[in-house]
Amino acid sequence: MDFSQINPWILALSGFTVVVTIWMGFRSAKTSKSASDFFVAGRSVSVGWNASAISGEYLSAASFMGIAGMVMSMGYDALWYPVCYACGYLFLLLFIAGPLRRFGAYTIPDFAEGRFDSPLFRRIAVCFVLFIGFFYTMPQMKGAGTTLSYILPGLPYWVGVVVVGAVITLNVAMGGMKGITLVQAVQYWIKMFAISVPIFVLLAVYGGYGKNLSLNQASGEPAPAAQVMVMESIDHARRALPEKAPKDEAWIAPFGPLTSKAAKAAGLSPQESRPLSLLYTYSLIIALVCGTAGLPHILVRFYTNPDGAAAKKTTMWVMILIGVFYVFPPVFGLLGRNFMPELYNATGSKGPDKVVLELPTLLGKNSVLGSVLSGITCAGAFAAFMSTFSGLLVSMTGAVAHDIYGRMLKPGATPKERMRMFKIAAVVVGGLATLLGTQVELLEINFMVGQAFAIAAASYFPLLFMSAWWRGMTMAGAATGMLGGGILALACVTLTSVGDVIAKTGQAAALKAGTVWAPDTITLFWKGHPLLRILSEQPAIWTVPTAILLMIIISKATREKIPTDARMKMLVLHAPESLGLKQEYIQEQQGAGH
Amino acid sequence: MSQPPPDENNFIHSEEFLRGLMKRQLRLSVSCASAFLLLLFGLPLLNYFAPELMARRIGGFTLSWLVLGVLFFPYVWIIARLFITRSMALEAAEVRLAAEGNKKLS
Repeated sequence: MDFSQINPWILALSGFTVVVTIWMGFRSAKTSKSASDFFVAGRSVSVGWNASAISGEYLSAASFMGIAGMVMSMGYDALWYPVCYACGYLFLLLFIAGPLRRFGAYTIPDFAEGRFDSPLFRRIAVCFVLFIGFFYTMPQMKGAGTTLSYILPGLPYWVGVVVVGAVITLNVAMGGMKGITLVQAVQYWIKMFAISVPIFVLLAVYGGYGKNLSLNQASGEPAPAAQVMVMESIDHARRALPEKAPKDEAWIAPFGPLTSKAAKAAGLSPQESRPLSLLYTYSLIIALVCGTAGLPHILVRFYTNPDGAAAKKTTMWVMILIGVFYVFPPVFGLLGRNFMPELYNATGSKGPDKVVLELPTLLGKNSVLGSVLSGITCAGAFAAFMSTFSGLLVSMTGAVAHDIYGRMLKPGATPKERMRMFKIAAVVVGGLATLLGTQVELLEINFMVGQAFAIAAASYFPLLFMSAWWRGMTMAGAATGMLGGGILALACVTLTSVGDVIAKTGQAAALKAGTVWAPDTITLFWKGHPLLRILSEQPAIWTVPTAILLMIIISKATREKIPTDARMKMLVLHAPESLGLKQEYIQEQQGAGH
Repeated sequence: MSQPPPDENNFIHSEEFLRGLMKRQLRLSVSCASAFLLLLFGLPLLNYFAPELMARRIGGFTLSWLVLGVLFFPYVWIIARLFITRSMALEAAEVRLAAEGNKKLS
């Protein structure tokens, strides 16, 4: 590693963020004595703080770094990601948040058990917390590896992953970083500042959002008059694109490289590949919108409000806070395409995924302004993947320690034993997540998060939606649907991801050796079957309806097993909180000896 | 089974109340969702069937990019705000309905 290459500003700002985050986590941990404080702590907190905290937790490495990278490499189609990340929240608000809050289930496994009076179902639901969780931690680790190898040039990717993974795992195991409201709220504002301030500076120098887009020529347009000069000085001219980069027409238009990848690989003509691209687009939209509503760690945040009205207002503010954030990352991608196109030539952690970190250096590689702004974006990146990884680790470890160990293996465990189990579980889960993270350098951050959403969309979303609105659901129906859709989605995304890693590793090796890459069997299969590839890469369009259908069919077939107090349960889910039905329900449950 | 609920609450526990409740809530949620889904699912169709229209330049942006990259967000905020105000009004109406229903029965 070449120490002379390290930029002191970037190192200092990043280091500062890391230290402050860990310190704040530890300080808050000292005052929160048990796991239940995590839920109760925010009850008296205002809408503003809560909204900031939820938004902070929501914006992961995908939002901070991944979107910009994907917009740069794929163009228009990538815009669906930020829009759907934000819109999924609307879906949550419209159909799921109200009923679940009234019901009182903090987590999805809680809801699964309570709605169907089934501890077994709880355990099944817990498994998906782990599946979805791992797919969500891998992109955070890629973010970590990319950021660290940017700050410390020459550092191998996997070292960055291991260092960050170890630090956060230890932190969680020792009781810190429990997603405390204050910490998460501050994280949001760090990220918001980090994504917007550099953009304002860069746009002032390189021309506005619209102006930069106009430099990209759509099909059928004459070459833009200002193709070469944005401002008087030649320095600010748009740079030439390398061979590997997608051409303007494909980049700026819908149905571009992202959605037509499989069709292009199969050699289809543009006319033939358009319908397939449309299919891909719809499947992607369904995955992202339904997946948000099914993310395991989002729901608990609805309880950090004193009442239902405050919870709704908080959600409104969350949508504004994250919406405003999401306008900015695509601008990074756009400016990266216009002014830093050499990133197209690199792969993995040196490619477009690091555009957010590196773009500010356009203002001068060693200038103070450029370095400070770059340091700010690095700080934002740290805030993003550290907070998300620790949040995920806490929920996944909690699921293992509380649900699997505490209820299944050893229900009579003492608090001390539980604590010990939590620590061991944290190390195991964190270690596994880190290991997986080292394997994904060649996959795109945003893409991996989309996969996690696809699994949630086919498992948790149908469960929550159908259970909240249809009285006729039985446990068998819910379980079959959730398992059916979820496992199908999981199998598909694992298949495509593993196949992609193998293919990309092969390509990178061939490039290095200067030989021609011989496609492996999986790649050849996809080449011949572009439709199957699309349905496997983005399975939501068929797995979500499958899950819902299974739920309906099996529930009807087992209709004698509908919970006897189903009407009471539906009442609790939908009647206004002030009517006190939840309290009545709890009393009934206790009276009947549950 | 526990004690039967007191008389005042019989209306709340009635089938009529529950059905009305769920129908009204579902209707509100579905109508807000439809407004949102119309744009969400409609935009790819517009892109597919009217590419020249969607490629028209507005202030440097293509129309398609302007909608998806910027305008979608305020649209969603407006829907969210409408839903929140209406659902809070709906809840207040439901509480009133429950009280009236109880009076009628007792």
